[in-house]
Amino acid sequence: MHASDTSNPDYFHKVVDCQWACPAHTNVPEYIRLIAQGRFTDAYMLNRESNVFPAVLGRTCDRPCEPACRRSRLPSPSGEETPVAICRLKRVASDHKGDISERLPKAPAVKNGKRIACIGAGPSSLTVANDLMPHGYSITILERYDKPGGLMRTNIPSFRLPEQVLADEVNSILDMGVDIRYNTPATSMKAILDEGFDAIFVGSGAPRGKDLDLPGRNESDRIHIGIDWLGGLAFGHIDKIGEKVLIIGVGNTAMDCCRSSRRLGGKDVKVMARRPRAYFKASPWELEDAEEENIEIVINHAPKRFVIENGVLTGMEFERLEWDAEAKKSTVIDTVILPCDDVILAIGQDNAFPWIEHDLGIEFDKWGMPKVDQTTFECTRPGIFFGGDAAWGPKNIIWAVEHGHQAAISIDNHCQGVSVAERLGFGINLISQKMGLSEWSYHNDYNPASRQKMKHVDLVQRFEDLHVEVELGFTAEQTAREVQRCLNCDVQTVFKAAKCIECDACIDICPLSCLTITKDGPEDEMRLRLSAPATNITQELFASDPLPHTGRLMMKDEDLCVHCGLCAERCPTAAWDMQKSQLNINYAGQASTKLELTHA
Amino acid sequence: MPSIAKPLVGHPSLAKNAIGLTIRDYEGTMSTLCAGCGHDSITAAIIKALWELSTPPHRLAKMSGIGCSSKTPTYFVSGAHGFNSAHGRMPAIATGASAANRELTYVGVSGDGDSLSIGIGHLCHAIRRNLNMLYVLENNGVYGLTKGQFSASTDVGSKSKKGEANVMSPIDPIQLALSIGATFVARSFSGDKEQLIPILKAAIAHRGFALVDVISPCVTFNDHEGSTKSYKYSRGATHAATESDFVPPATEIVGSIGPVGSTSIRMHDGSVLNFTRVPDNYDVTDRAAAVKYLREHPGQIVTGVLFADEGVPDMHEMAGSPQTALVNVPFDKLCPGSAALERLMGSFR
Repeated sequence: MHASDTSNPDYFHKVVDCQWACPAHTNVPEYIRLIAQGRFTDAYMLNRESNVFPAVLGRTCDRPCEPACRRSRLPSPSGEETPVAICRLKRVASDHKGDISERLPKAPAVKNGKRIACIGAGPSSLTVANDLMPHGYSITILERYDKPGGLMRTNIPSFRLPEQVLADEVNSILDMGVDIRYNTPATSMKAILDEGFDAIFVGSGAPRGKDLDLPGRNESDRIHIGIDWLGGLAFGHIDKIGEKVLIIGVGNTAMDCCRSSRRLGGKDVKVMARRPRAYFKASPWELEDAEEENIEIVINHAPKRFVIENGVLTGMEFERLEWDAEAKKSTVIDTVILPCDDVILAIGQDNAFPWIEHDLGIEFDKWGMPKVDQTTFECTRPGIFFGGDAAWGPKNIIWAVEHGHQAAISIDNHCQGVSVAERLGFGINLISQKMGLSEWSYHNDYNPASRQKMKHVDLVQRFEDLHVEVELGFTAEQTAREVQRCLNCDVQTVFKAAKCIECDACIDICPLSCLTITKDGPEDEMRLRLSAPATNITQELFASDPLPHTGRLMMKDEDLCVHCGLCAERCPTAAWDMQKSQLNINYAGQASTKLELTHA
Repeated sequence: MPSIAKPLVGHPSLAKNAIGLTIRDYEGTMSTLCAGCGHDSITAAIIKALWELSTPPHRLAKMSGIGCSSKTPTYFVSGAHGFNSAHGRMPAIATGASAANRELTYVGVSGDGDSLSIGIGHLCHAIRRNLNMLYVLENNGVYGLTKGQFSASTDVGSKSKKGEANVMSPIDPIQLALSIGATFVARSFSGDKEQLIPILKAAIAHRGFALVDVISPCVTFNDHEGSTKSYKYSRGATHAATESDFVPPATEIVGSIGPVGSTSIRMHDGSVLNFTRVPDNYDVTDRAAAVKYLREHPGQIVTGVLFADEGVPDMHEMAGSPQTALVNVPFDKLCPGSAALERLMGSFR
């Protein structure tokens, strides 16, 4: 094996599974430690740096970090081990933060003369504004509704995300002096170009809900498109629904639709799924929350037609399916009619750009999606950038934020005459955590506590008002327990081969059998002859340079390391050290800053 | 002293032995020895050997005297019995314990000071009695606990940390033991578990006293340039005379036992010590050959199982003592009363 190149920032970044999985690379272990110290404001501000909307995301994030969490791969005496409640802790930071007004980014008094237009006031456009305003850019946002927030406002019901929480975080950006034009849907890209902006960012989302073209579809006004219906709810245009409601589709939008229906008068609410549970698109926790509210999730039912009697929707006919083992092929068993008053279609979203003229040099692919560069977010016409769901179809808020960060870098480059492709990669700093003999600056012991369960408002109370937030947040005791479950994966085991005397102390002490000193060989063969087999090939195998005494290699399987630091404590020569890796993420402003320096 | 106890969480692939225990069940409390001490490595080897032998923790007795080495029984098998005796008296205490309960597995851990200075007499007599135990001599050639004076096993010319060379002749525990009739003699190095673990297993299976001399560098007082017991020197100077595998009793021996010319020894409990390599004209059952081989390799650390003889009765066999532990002998038999004593005394008159 080649010696691992730990000078490549990706090596240690990958060890921090949560940070690696987060599209915006939020520094999770660091903010959890700050919470553990009661430094909620610092924890919030650290979050805000990378994910911009900690309070919103602490409630609604799709949490790609949690399935990645190393903790969930460890064995647990109480059965299945679960990830650290990373998302819930983010909310803890926002719930308890102090006054942050002094610490928010501010726009300079003197503008740099560059004007940027952002289409849509959703998470990606707001991130672009957040990143560029402090560098003197003038941002104009065109928003079709009379309130900002985009999908965060229209698609997420207030019992999951209180309006004030959203407003606070959105305003922290708009208050920098963003020029936002409400009730201004984009109708012509040409017209926007004619206004002479230096760059345009399209963050208009995926606003068109998919329809279901089945017999009877156009014969009733009680058949709704999910995201439009949720939007109507958010703006107060909808305040009731029939007692029997069928939701078609089983993604996260379907979960929001069914739970909202329960609050508007729906008593018998069913979510209809074509495939078995293992293939649902909705996050497991959203399914649990819906089922807690007595919503029935019906599997293996494919919609066939809407049943209309005397012009009134009375039910829907489904084919009952039987699937093969991998749920790829189905056979119809029979059909069944389920009675209903309303049907809500939540089967996906599409992008729509009817307002972009086709003679502007903006190329579209055969699916009608703009051709957008994966790194620069620029389309085929220089100076126009896409991000969020508008770029490559529906993802989620945290991806939209990351798109915004990247597009902002491109816009800054574009406006300062630097190639959009010129981007700084990640950097990493390693800082020793040694405080003394057997003393570390972090809490290195493994805590066997199990995941804290979020408490909910009781069922009766929560249905009294559409706006009652269901999740209560963690108590102080729950927070204190949950923070100690974090393994501090960013406190890295850093090895210097030249110092090793091969005494085996680290190997003997490692509780998870991560370490081995052995002869070199091909990686797949070595993986099987380590202290414990390294079968998770998504995790790196660290290989040192040849050791001075015998020429063998120090090997470390990163997979299950609990970062307890005992290898470093038992090392007589400090060949092992525990060093905190701090990922340096570059945001917009490099190009403008460079320019300022050359002029100075 | 480490900041925390070793976390109880273990690798999911941890295997269970014949009695359903994982290797983690054979650990003790955290070591308080210096980081990098060879003794800790030997502790890990003992843990592995006992786990592989499926020794029930409650059937194990850990014996020791005084010194860094003698602290180590605390660091393995917390569920075992143990006795931390006076300096150098471990063999005597072990003799007493074994006399009372021959059913336990005895593992004694001692050092070069405990065994070759203050306790050398006791060691010699335990060897003569062929006391059934594993005696691990953690040999670092220095008095570590009293800050680095030369010990009885320091080689001539080996330098102290301050740079002074030793002038007095060392006692080689292997040659000493061979000369007074030891029945199992082996040497290894703490930094070579691949060799050490099978040796420890064979030593435990041996009928009688098994001396395993393990070179165990002292990182704090004897790991410098000029020392002949440092990690670096030991790695360079070790010379594996024999290579062997331990094959437990229940294992079916398939195919060839080893290359032509190799020897194997059937141990008292049915296991086999299978030599995969021995030097030409060397017989591991020939005491004189072992001594000759050692004399022929001066300045080298000759390792491996150097001599083994399963044919010598152990202490209990020599004494004709009861087949079971005294605790299992019925009381009226153990203490037959005044009349029986009178009869016995009468027979001497």
